[in-house]
Formats: sequence, structure tokens, C-alpha cells
Amino acid sequence: MTAVELAGITKRFPGVVANHDIHLTVRKGTVHALVGENGAGKSTLMKILYGMQKPDEGTIAVDGEKVHFNSPADAIARGIGMVHQHFMLADNLTVLENVVLGSEKLYGIGARARRKIKEISERYGLDVRPDALVEELGVAARQRVEILKVLYRGARTLILDEPTAVLVPQEVDALFENLRELKSEGLSVIFISHKLGEVLSVADEITVIRRGTTVGTAVPAETTPRQLAEMMVGSELPTPETAESTVTDRPVIEVDKLRLAAPGGKALLDDISFTIHEGEVLGIAGVEGNGQTELVDALIGLRPADSGVIRLAGEEITAWPTRKRREQGIGYIPEDRHRHGLLLEAPLWENRILGHVTEKPNAKGFWLDPKAAQEDTRRIVATYDVRTPGIDVTAASLSGGNQQKLIVGREMSHKPRFLIAAHPTRGVDVGAQAAIWDHIREARREGLAVLLISADLDELIGLSDTLRVIYDGKLVADADPSTITPEELGSAMTGAASGHLEHDETPETTAEVSKAPESPEDEAR
Amino acid sequence: MKKFDKERVLLAVAGPVIALAVAFVLSAIVLVASGKNPVEPFALMFEQATFSDVQVLIINQASMYYIAALAVAIGFRMNLFNIGVDGQYQLGAMLAAIVGAHMNLPAVLQIPLLLLTAVLTGAFWSGVAGVLKVTRGVSEVVATIMLNAIATSVIGYLWLPTVFGVKVGNNNTTGEMHESGWVPGIDMGAAGEIYGLVILAVLLGIGYWVVLNRTRFGFDLRASGASETAAAASGVDPKRMVLTAMLLSGAVAGLAGLPILLGGSHTYNLSFPTGIGFLGIGIALLGRNSPVGIAFAALLWAWLDKASPELDFHGYDKEIAVIMQGLIVLSVVVSYEAVREWGLRRQQRRVGAELAAGHFIGAENNVKKEVAGR
Repeated sequence: MTAVELAGITKRFPGVVANHDIHLTVRKGTVHALVGENGAGKSTLMKILYGMQKPDEGTIAVDGEKVHFNSPADAIARGIGMVHQHFMLADNLTVLENVVLGSEKLYGIGARARRKIKEISERYGLDVRPDALVEELGVAARQRVEILKVLYRGARTLILDEPTAVLVPQEVDALFENLRELKSEGLSVIFISHKLGEVLSVADEITVIRRGTTVGTAVPAETTPRQLAEMMVGSELPTPETAESTVTDRPVIEVDKLRLAAPGGKALLDDISFTIHEGEVLGIAGVEGNGQTELVDALIGLRPADSGVIRLAGEEITAWPTRKRREQGIGYIPEDRHRHGLLLEAPLWENRILGHVTEKPNAKGFWLDPKAAQEDTRRIVATYDVRTPGIDVTAASLSGGNQQKLIVGREMSHKPRFLIAAHPTRGVDVGAQAAIWDHIREARREGLAVLLISADLDELIGLSDTLRVIYDGKLVADADPSTITPEELGSAMTGAASGHLEHDETPETTAEVSKAPESPEDEAR
Repeated sequence: MKKFDKERVLLAVAGPVIALAVAFVLSAIVLVASGKNPVEPFALMFEQATFSDVQVLIINQASMYYIAALAVAIGFRMNLFNIGVDGQYQLGAMLAAIVGAHMNLPAVLQIPLLLLTAVLTGAFWSGVAGVLKVTRGVSEVVATIMLNAIATSVIGYLWLPTVFGVKVGNNNTTGEMHESGWVPGIDMGAAGEIYGLVILAVLLGIGYWVVLNRTRFGFDLRASGASETAAAASGVDPKRMVLTAMLLSGAVAGLAGLPILLGGSHTYNLSFPTGIGFLGIGIALLGRNSPVGIAFAALLWAWLDKASPELDFHGYDKEIAVIMQGLIVLSVVVSYEAVREWGLRRQQRRVGAELAAGHFIGAENNVKKEVAGR
């Protein structure tokens, strides 16, 4: 018996096809995992199922009946509920108040609602106390409140968007227990994730989505993480670069015992030391919020280090302001391009000047040189394949991938010696992703030193020459990207392992990957 | 690319036009509600604008509005709200008047000296707010409001006969300035004289445009206004930029009273115009911080000021002009935001459409590159 069936779903955005001919069948009483890389089109698909966006083509059927959703309210009425990655709870209200908010008509706002909440909580083992204040709850408890909220509104199919991203391993296990309760009661769960280990342990069925289309389904019992990873990334799997190393022994950036403390005195970064050589990509792996942002800020000069030394090509730059660092050859691809990389309402050519206003071709001495900057913007747009009708449109009118290509082009145009690349392909479509990887590889061949921070472990492993793991502000482990697997790296990121990470299986599997014939590395040659 | 240029002009004009139309209609409604003819007052005021003597008054008044509005606009361009232009220009004018009454150099030195006095005074006064914001995090809005109040007291003190004041009848003055500091006007015959420093207002407008659009400093300032975080990441020192912008804004503000001081009154007395700094805020808003837009807005404001007294002779209240100024500011705020959002969305759609149709820069280059890549 199918709970939800999506057939032939296609969704186009200006210039991009987000979803193309997607088929997804979710049976009742199962956990159905939807896996795919960042930007593969998972979120768009779920927004379509939840009524937030309308498909251009294709049909949605719930319980065998064709439906058209104009808004999330329609989807809820059909028993579809969504638990967003970012919780939507009011901190200063109680659980009860949060749950009834907007659904006061269902069971009132008093004793009846409280009874209903308790009943749902007990039935599915959610352990939610209706009168607790939300601000006193931890992340996992908030997530259970979100799930309860959806069940309270009568959902029979729950969509969970990356539910484990915010949880520690024990909480993940508890969540999976809850999900098993749900399905034993005949409910269906659509579980969106790109963490393969979790997917295999909780899902009954798996649908893999890549480049906006479904590439296959799998049954966990008959699938290995490797097979799943291959389906997920397809030919996009970046090649671990054992064959061709460009690392030299000339250090470009040296960081020694860097320390940065929060105003209260808690160390955000502690005893950070590393060296990146010409032609080397150093990848930093870590769960977000473990000091990556602070490390980038300290390197680009947005936050002064409390102690420690930073050297660029042998020269101490610890006290340099941001502008001098950028002028002297530190390129910066920021984590949040809208906040740190672009002036959204300014034309592209002004964005080309941003960050390099003192440098050629943007300025002649004290004066700006708009003509030269515009000319160079045209060059960047053409060379880096930024899809835009012109250089006078605002940065806000470009898609995320094209904005990012403009930033990459801008930073590369000033021949940096050291590039800080924070999540360089986040929220970028697959084509742009491959292009950005190629640009980084190319610059690395020419002697660029790169600090790569990414949540995409495949990207980290594929691009890096050296890997370090950051946990709680410290570099706790290092690994060889030619042998390490995402799973092993993932467990080190939780602080479970430290020191040098050894790959404990036969290295045969990784050797296979490097022979993958259609890797972008080969295409580039 | 012509299309997008045209688009930008359309968007730039749409906001003010909508705002003015709405303000006119609302003013007419006010007139109807008070039982008056909703059209005749406007007809009377338009007629005033055709008289050459009123035109001279309008231009003279507008020159001061223009300088004050430029000062406000400098702050606006980087998200600083300098409400203190009012105190800055009054203090600037007063100190220039005092220096002009006590120093007597040849005109070629005297006039620059007076301008410099006003500039430094204005910059000093706004600089206090700037330093407070940079070092102690005090909101510049609160600080400049306070400084306006303090400026009033300082002016009262300086007017004391025991300090620099000279009593002329009931009037407090700073004494008559030496003639070497008078700036000759442009004689318009029977219509009167246009202040010589109208030229200064024009030069300031040109300077404003050049600095903002053609210098590295201007780019940094605009970037800071557009996105504080992106500017900091691009290498702008946010604190230094706040202080510099505040000082610049105050320096320009210091000059706002000088056209009348050096061109007409030649003393700082009780009848010296007040409130120009506050009007400058509305004018800068209406003019969208653009030097040309502000010029039109300043002329419009001056016209409402100088044409409205005539209404009293025809049984209307001249305050209708004040109501209208208020309505313009209100509708400006609403219509600009609406037009801005509409414009952004519209452009996003158009860019999407152009891309879908295959119109983008380097469409041919890509084909070549791919071929070369193989």
C-alpha cells in the first residue's frame, strides 16, 4: 500500500532544472530515505511534496489519490507533515502553546490539547512534557516537539529534513527508536540525509537522487555504503589524488599555536598549528561550530588572535589588517557569500571590485577605474562561466552557483598565494561544483596553497592533500585523504578518535575509486 | 545592456513620482476635508514659482537645504543617521560669524578661513558622536540628538554680551562681520541677488558624486552602507569608516548656513534660519541620496516654503505646505521600499528569462572552451 507517490516530477527555476523526472514511491509503515549530495535537489522535491512549490510537470498521489497542493495547508490536510532542519518553535512559549499554535481548532488550547499531547507522546515514546518551556529544552527534545507538532496535526507521512545534522550520536539512536515506533503504528517517514551510515541503519527503502533526478532505489540489506556512495555521486566522485601530488616543501602559510577566546574567556580556537605548502590543499573536517568560522576569521584578519603567530611566506602577518592581507595575496571564498562575499544590490562589476578595491585593474592610485573593472568583469564572467545577461545586473539576480563562480573568479584573478575556501560549493548546483573544483585544482598545480573547509566529506577527501579534524576548537586528528573513508572521518569529527587516523580495511576499495574513468580530474586534463 | 540601464532610470524615477503623486492627492483630501477647494492652493503656488523674485528666494533657500541634505546623505550612504546636522550647521555658522567679526584678512584669505572654520566646527561636533560610537558603541542617533540640544546651549552662551554677543535692540547677534568675509551675490536686477555660495553648493554636489563613485574611499563607504559584513571582509576597517563618514558628514553640515551668513545676514542672530538640518533629512530621503535627486528635492522644498505664504492672502492656510512636506516624507519611505523590492524581483525574473533564452555573456566562448577542452 503506497502512502505517497511522486511520478515524473519536474521543476525548473530560471536557468536551472532543479528536479527532472523524479519518481518516488513511499509505502505505508516504512522509513523511506531520500539521499543525495548537497544541491542534488532533495529540498526542492520535498518543498513540492509539502506544497511550498508547484511542480512544472508530474503528479503527486496520496493514498492512491491524485492531489494538487497550493500551500502547505493543503499538504497538512492530506496528512503530510514536515519537520524542518531549522526548528520553528517560539522559545518563550511552553511545549503545549507551541503545539497548539495555529491549530487551536483541533483540540482547543486547554486540557483537551494537553491530553492529546500526552497521548501522542506516550504512544510514540516521544517523552514530551506539555508544560516545559521550549527555551529550557535541548536540541533533541526540541526536535521531538517538532515531530509531535506534526503528528498533532494528523500527519500520516512525515518528512524529516536532515534531522540528524544537529544531533550527537546517542541522540541519533534515540531518534531512530522514535522513527521505528512511528512506522510500527503504520505511519510513513521520508528521511532526507546524506549520511550513508545512518540511512542504512534506519531506512527500509532508499531512493537516490543525483543532479535533480532519481537515479535508483536500494534496499539497505543488499547495499553497502560504497555502492550507495557511488550511486549518490556518480561520476562526480572526486578522485583522491594519490597519483599526482603537487605539494612542495615551500611553506606559504604557517600557523603556530593560534588561540582565540570568546569574550567570556572560553577558547574558541586553542593551540592551532599547521603549515600549508605551495601546491598543497589542507582540508579541515569537523562538525559545524567547532571553530571553523573563527579559524577563517583569524586568518583573514576579521578577528585578531589572542595569541599565536601567523606567517605568510615567512613574513609575520599576525597584526596585519584584513586589507593588507588581501593585498598581499590571501584569497577568500567566504562561507556565507551573501553576508561576506557580495553586495547583493550592487551590479556585478562593483562586486568584482569588492575586496580588491586597492588593486589593479580596479583602481589607479586613489581613483577607481570603473572602465577597467567592468572590462575585467566581462573577462571573469566569460572565463568562469558565470551565467548572466550582463555585468550591470545586481548580484542578487544570479543563482547561487553563478554568484559563487563570480566570487571564485574574482579571487583567482588576483593570483592569490593562499586561498581560504570555506564551503566553496555549498548550495551550488552540480555543474558549478565541478567547475569550482577544477579551478581550485588548477590553481593548486600552479603553486597555490589552499585551506579548504567543507561539510561535504567527499569534497574534502577528494580535493585535499592533507586532512585535519577540528573538534571543539582544537585540531585533534589528522588523516591521509588517499586512504581514509568518509565514515572514518565522520567518526573522528565527533571527537571519538584522535591522533593519526589509520584506515583499517584493505586499501583495495579506494584504489578502485581512483580508477573511476569519468572523474572530473580526467576531464580537465 | 541598454535595457538594464533604462530599467534603472525607470526605477529611480518611479519612487519619487509615485511619492509626490500620493502626497498631492493626500493633501487635496486634507483640503477637501477642511471644506476648501483642493486645487486652487496648488494653482496659486505654481503661479508663485513663475515670479522671478520668488525664484531667487527659492534658489537661495534651496542652496542651504542642498548642503544640509548632502551632509545627511553622506551618513545615509553608510547606514549612519546623522540627525545632528542641525546643531552642526548652526554652530558652524555661528563660529564663522564670530571669526568673521573679529578677524579681518584680505578677502582671498578671509573667505577660505571662514569656510574652514565652519567645516572644522561641524566636523568637530559630529566627530564627538563618531568617537562615542566607535569607542563606546553609543548610537549615533542618540548622541547627535543630544549634541543638538547642547549646541543650542552653546549658542546661547556664545551670544552672551560678556562672551562674543552683541545686543542689537532685543536681538542677540555676534556683531557684524568684516566686509572682507562677505561673498558677493549674483545680481538678478529687480528680482534680487542669488547668494554667491550657491556655487559652493553645486561644487559640493559634484564633489559628493566624484568621491562616492570614483574613489576607492567612496567605494569602501558605499560597501559599508550596503553590507557591513561584506565590507569588513573586503578589508574596510569598520570603526575608522564610521568615524570618517561622521567627520565628513559634519564637515559638510558645517557649511549649510554659510550661503545666507556670508551672502545676506552677515551676522548670526536670533532670526538666523533654524531647522535646516532636520529638513535636510527629508530632502536627502526624497532625493534618494543622489546629488541630482537631492537638488530637485531641495528646490521642491524651497518652493513649498517660499510659495506658501501667498496662500494666506487667498483665505487658505499656508500650513498646507508643511502638511504636504510631511506627507511627501511619509509616502517617500513607503514608495521607495516598495519600488526597490519590486525592482529587485523584476530584475531577477528578467535575468532568469534572458538566461533561459540563451542570452548571456560568453555564450559562444563556452562552446569554444569545451571544444578546446576535448
